[in-house]
Amino acid sequence: MSRLKMLLDSGHFAVTGECGPPKGPDGSVIRKKAAWLKGALDAVNVTDNQTSIVRMSSVAASKLLIDEGLEPVMQMVCRDRNRIAMQSDIFGDSAFGIQNLLCLSGDHQTFGNQTGAKNVYDVDSIQLLQICRTLRDDNTVMGGDPVEGNVDLFLGAASNPFGDPFEARVMRLKKKIDAGADFIQTQCIFNMDKFKLFMNMVRDQGLDERVHILAGVIPLKSLPMAKYMAKNVSGVDLPEAILDRIKGVPKKARAEEGIKLAVEQIAELKAIKGVHGIHLMAIEWEEMAPRIVEAAGLLPRPTVNRVNAAD
Amino acid sequence: MIVASRKPLEEIIECVEAERKILVAGCGACVAVCMAGGEKEAELLSIELRMALKLRGRAPDIKTATIQRQCEEEFVQTLASEVEDRDVVISIGCGAGVQFLAKTFADKRIVPGLNTEFIGVVTAPGEFEEVCAACGDCILHLTGGICPIARCSKSLLNGPCGGSSNGHCEIGEEAPCAWQLIFDKLKAAGRLDLMARIHAPKNWSTSRDGGPRRATRKEQKR
Repeated sequence: MSRLKMLLDSGHFAVTGECGPPKGPDGSVIRKKAAWLKGALDAVNVTDNQTSIVRMSSVAASKLLIDEGLEPVMQMVCRDRNRIAMQSDIFGDSAFGIQNLLCLSGDHQTFGNQTGAKNVYDVDSIQLLQICRTLRDDNTVMGGDPVEGNVDLFLGAASNPFGDPFEARVMRLKKKIDAGADFIQTQCIFNMDKFKLFMNMVRDQGLDERVHILAGVIPLKSLPMAKYMAKNVSGVDLPEAILDRIKGVPKKARAEEGIKLAVEQIAELKAIKGVHGIHLMAIEWEEMAPRIVEAAGLLPRPTVNRVNAAD
Repeated sequence: MIVASRKPLEEIIECVEAERKILVAGCGACVAVCMAGGEKEAELLSIELRMALKLRGRAPDIKTATIQRQCEEEFVQTLASEVEDRDVVISIGCGAGVQFLAKTFADKRIVPGLNTEFIGVVTAPGEFEEVCAACGDCILHLTGGICPIARCSKSLLNGPCGGSSNGHCEIGEEAPCAWQLIFDKLKAAGRLDLMARIHAPKNWSTSRDGGPRRATRKEQKR
């Protein structure tokens, strides 16, 4: 069984992070990042060709993390696979012991380095959740043919409280829960007021009782990065006050200020009812994750023994 | 209508440069409405071609002929006498027209003068927008009359994704978010329940994914 599921179900405040696979076949990149992250995170997301840039497959990179003793949250986007490939890959994931799966739409291919690609979108992220739940709970593939063996999955989905229209955000979150999401990782949160409003709506519908919400945190490494996030990353709401705060300190101290800000955000998020953990996305700054987790008072991580499906 | 646009002249020249007797065949249907392949455009293309080929030291014999529709036998047959002595025919019909001419005049070289783009509508003078993906299983009654298959960049049936921002799609400000439009429409109609329900995976077999499609009208069959 997924260790992340055991932690969350037993009421622990979870900490997940991210590990971007390399733009090539060098597995030592994953092993190096694993060494940084080990012990500081309960599970590590392995991105699936994020921003449509070709990278090592999330299946392979997840397996490399398992070999290093880390628990992966394998991301799967709907952009690149049809329902045949998705179900096939999920069987492969299970065989490798990958149990956490995050179902995503995926960034459009125009963002990446293969802009002439044909996208798939045979199913969307909500339909992918349904397919995964059917594999796990009904033990059949889509259409009803039996699965040989068991598929043990802890199902995740993303939620962006800052996408538009705002009113549709909780509606879509509910659809994801209805489709089978066991946990949710949110887009990074900089606009705390808007997130609190979102969580009020979530609690009003009792959704926090039905799913584990992990709030997204991105430490800002520099002013250019903060500006880039504010302007260019769709679905990110980075208020002017945060830019001013980063601008307000000398250039050399800005990375430290970014870490301080992340630690403050974690404390604030932890106090929100219905937030069951954080998802720390230290983009191309993975080595900093343990420091942030420690400064947020979240170390050592609780221990639960990993139980394999076969046990 | 089917919306198409003229291929770059250079590309057309590459196809016909070695030929002397050329016919530019226009079509009076969709491509005439979207001002890409009608009578006027056939004339214009023949003038452009004549000038360009002349500059290359050639003296082509270029004729034009426009028929009502290039996608139906009885109209296409009226082109027979025009096609007869030609070395090459540039069809500025849609892809269906090019293929139907190629089938009808099997011993002639038929080349495309347009790129066929989408099924769309006129949104402003000279502006066309894709609205239908011809998926073969219409769901417009569930989506406020706005098609997410054609108009959402990811063809999501359960949108909007997290990339919807200020009414536009994550791919750029020039692309409206179809799911924002659907949300606005359904909200105004008091039918957000349609958006709250989960739409199951689509059966794409009625779309191009099921292989080349056919349609039959029994009453018309002879």
